[in-house]
Amino acid sequence: MEAVLAGNKVNLTEDGYLVDFSQWTKEIGTELAKEEGIEMTDRHWEVIKWIQEQVKADNALSVRGIKKSGVLDIKEFYALFPGGPLKISTKIAGVPKPKSCI
Amino acid sequence: MKNLLILGAGTSGTMMANHLRSKLKKDEWNISIVDQYKTHYYQPGFLFLPFDIYTEDQVKKDGKKFIPNGVNYIQKKIEQIFPDENKVKLEDETLSYDLLIIATGCKIAPQETEGMKGKNWHKNVFDFYTYEGSLALRNKLREFKGGKMIVHFTEMPIKCPVAPLEFVFLADDYFTKKGIRDKVDLTYVTPLGGAFTKPKATAALGHLLSEKNIKVVTDFAIEKVDNETNQIVDYGGQIVDFDLLVTVPTNMGDDLIKRSGMGDDLNFVPTDHHTLQSLGHKNVFVIGDATNVPASKAGSVAHFASETLTDNILLYLDGKPLKQEFDGHANCFIETGKNKALLIDFNYTQEPVEGTFPIPGIGPLKLLKESIFNHWGKLAFRWIYWNMLLKGIPIPLVSRNMSKKGKKIE
Repeated sequence: MEAVLAGNKVNLTEDGYLVDFSQWTKEIGTELAKEEGIEMTDRHWEVIKWIQEQVKADNALSVRGIKKSGVLDIKEFYALFPGGPLKISTKIAGVPKPKSCI
Repeated sequence: MKNLLILGAGTSGTMMANHLRSKLKKDEWNISIVDQYKTHYYQPGFLFLPFDIYTEDQVKKDGKKFIPNGVNYIQKKIEQIFPDENKVKLEDETLSYDLLIIATGCKIAPQETEGMKGKNWHKNVFDFYTYEGSLALRNKLREFKGGKMIVHFTEMPIKCPVAPLEFVFLADDYFTKKGIRDKVDLTYVTPLGGAFTKPKATAALGHLLSEKNIKVVTDFAIEKVDNETNQIVDYGGQIVDFDLLVTVPTNMGDDLIKRSGMGDDLNFVPTDHHTLQSLGHKNVFVIGDATNVPASKAGSVAHFASETLTDNILLYLDGKPLKQEFDGHANCFIETGKNKALLIDFNYTQEPVEGTFPIPGIGPLKLLKESIFNHWGKLAFRWIYWNMLLKGIPIPLVSRNMSKKGKKIE
C-alpha cells in the first residue's frame, strides 16, 4: 500500500514495513520511529546503521547476533527499542521484518 | 584429468554427484564426494519419528547406495578448505580440485544458548533436528503422562522453518489420540512477531492454533534455559515454565566453513542468490543449507537449486556467462494434524498464497489449505526422495522456477 511519510510517497507492507529500502531516508526512519513511540537519538541511529549494514551483507539478524556485534549489548537494545527490539528496529531501518516462510 | 570435488554427501551433494556424473565426460573429469558419515538420513522423517508415525528404518539408509557409479566416494573427515590454493585437506591426505562444490549443510548449535545443552539435554529438553534427538524424544513421549510442553525455536534461519509449527500440530493430534490431550498444556514459543509471519498465511491459517487450544508466545528472544526451575527465560524478561521443552536450537553451517575462513557469523558461505557461485572464489559453488541465500533451508529448495547449479557449472566450464536463474523456489508440505496437510509453493519474492498445484485450476493439490490429499502427498514424498530426488530425476510437472499459474495473486 502507498503512504506518505515525511513528505515522501513510499510503499509499505500490510504491517507497515518499507517494501523498497531505496525509498528510505533518515526522515522516514524518524517518522516510523514516532509511530512506535520512539524518539530517535544518536545511539538509536548507530544501531539502525549497523542493522542496515548487516542486511546489506546478507547476515541473518537475531537478538543473539546483537550480543556478538560489539555495537551494543542486549540490555541496551531492549532499552532503546522496548517490546520487540528486532521487530521495531528493522521497521525503522527500512529493512524487511524478520520472518519465516509462512 | 580434471577434478571436481563435492564436500558433503547429504541431499544436495548426492544430487549434484548424480546430475554431474551423467553430464561430464568420464575421460575428462574425475568426480569425488567426501563425507565422513556412512548413513544418509531422510531428515523430514525426524518430524514423524517422535510420534511413532515412522520407524527408525524408514528415515535412514546407507549413503553409498545413492552415489552413482563413476564417482569416488571418500569417507573421511574434512579438515580445511584452502580456496586460494584449490586444495582441500582431509584427515590423512590433501586433494586438489579444479572445481569445488560445498554442500556441507547446517546443524543445530545448542551450545549457543546458555543452559540448553545442560544436564537436562535429552532428559526433558529435546531437539528433533538430529536422529538422536528425535529418537530420544520418541521414547520420552511414549511415557509422557501430561504437563506443560513447549515447542520453541531459537532464531532464524533454521532448517525447514515450518517444522516447529508442524511439530506442535502433530503433538496436539498425538495426545488427543492417546486420550491425554486435556492433561497437556501446549505452548508454541517463537522469536518472531507471530506464529505466522506472512499476511496471506496469517489470514488463511491464523485460526489453527486457537482451534487446537495451543497457546502462542511471540517475540521471545531466548537468553537461557534454566535447568533448576525448568523455565526458558528471554532477554526482555518473559519467562515460560515447562515440564517438557522441545526446541530448535540456533542452526549453523559446518565448523569446516569457520576453520576455512569462508563463512559469515553463522558459518554460512556468502553465495550469489541467482547463480549459486560463491562470492569469494569463482571456481567454488555452494548449494543447499550451506549457503547464506535468503531461501528456506529445505530439501526442495536444494532440489530446484541443483538443476540451476548443474547448468551453471557446465556454462562455467565452457567459459560462458552463468544463468541468473535461481529464484529461491520452495515447495513444502506442512502437516497440520488429523491426517491433513497444507502445501506451500513460493520463492524469494512471492509469499505463499492459495491456489492449485501442480496443474493450474485442477490441482490435485491445494495450496495454503488443509486437505487429506496434501497429507498423502507428504507421505508419498519419502518414496520420491529416495527414488527420484536424490538421483536427480526431475519431478513431473514441477519446474525449477516457481510458476505463478494456478496461484491467487492479487
